[in-house]
Amino acid sequence: MSGVMKRMGMIFRAKANKALDRAEDPRETLDYSYQKQLELLQKVRRGVADVATSRKRLELQLNQLQSQSSKLEDQGRKALALGREDLAREALSRRAALQQQVTDLETQHSTLQGEEEKLTLAAQRLQAKVDAFRTKKETIKATYTAAQAQTRIGEAFSGISEEMGDVGLAIQRAEDKTAQLQARAGALDELMASGALDDPTGIAKDDLQAELDRLSGGTDVELELQRMKAELAGGAPQQAIEGGTGQSHSQQQPQDTPRFDKQ
Amino acid sequence: MIVRIMGEGQWTLDDSPLVELNKLDDELLAEMESGDEDGFHRTLGALLDAVRRLGRPLPDDALEPSELILPAPDASLEEVRAMLSDDGLIPG
Repeated sequence: MSGVMKRMGMIFRAKANKALDRAEDPRETLDYSYQKQLELLQKVRRGVADVATSRKRLELQLNQLQSQSSKLEDQGRKALALGREDLAREALSRRAALQQQVTDLETQHSTLQGEEEKLTLAAQRLQAKVDAFRTKKETIKATYTAAQAQTRIGEAFSGISEEMGDVGLAIQRAEDKTAQLQARAGALDELMASGALDDPTGIAKDDLQAELDRLSGGTDVELELQRMKAELAGGAPQQAIEGGTGQSHSQQQPQDTPRFDKQ
Repeated sequence: MIVRIMGEGQWTLDDSPLVELNKLDDELLAEMESGDEDGFHRTLGALLDAVRRLGRPLPDDALEPSELILPAPDASLEEVRAMLSDDGLIPG
């Protein structure tokens, strides 16, 4: 009878092998995992950048407040030199209020700095893991391609599965979201094809416009045919068309219709 | 021999302390099967401590498959039992 440790290890390996069997191409699975890890890393990096931006903004504010504070101090001194003690008192009390704000901002600033350091460290660790994964992934892919060494891949894959255990749920969510987006894109395509939605790119034509274009194309051909027939018959084509009776008139109309619609 | 503690990381162990670990591990399994929650937590704690004490932690960027895997320190008896059943660990 084996203990908990061995049984958990065995189950991990068995699961990983099963997952490997089910995947159409393990190389694709690996690339996909790598992509997901990169996205994760990107998110963490963006977080670091956001915190750094906030910190810089705080520093700017602090500088402003400090220069204001020293300006008030100068003003107080001048007021006192001019014998205006009331003005000097006012300036100094304003400065005290500013000083309070400065203290608050400084506390916030140091909190943010701590946060930033923690995030930076997390990003570095994640980067190291992702780099290691990429190397491993390429090795596995090469091994797979060259020797189709299924068993060894299974073993390596189980190591990655353990690592991916924590991000497994995140990947699941990402997959769901992708499927959702794809479904939505499919629906949009259908709506656009039916003409219910306008295509902002103007490339796709709706079926109504397509039919109109087809009709107007047909009319041009008919008109051309009429003209040629008249030429052959009478030898005076201008007259035949312009002087014609109801026939030429009815040809005028369908030519107008598409032109109106195109506007 | 590489041992993973779930949620914590991996440790490299020599073969010699394995006898001690195996004893604790068998105890843990017995307690899990009999449903002794208190004993389970005590033994799991002792087992994890032993691994941390006797092993060297693997660097973060190492990516080696583990030969042995241990549940996280705060795992409940029920969770571990679920993991050891057929649908556990990796979804799908």
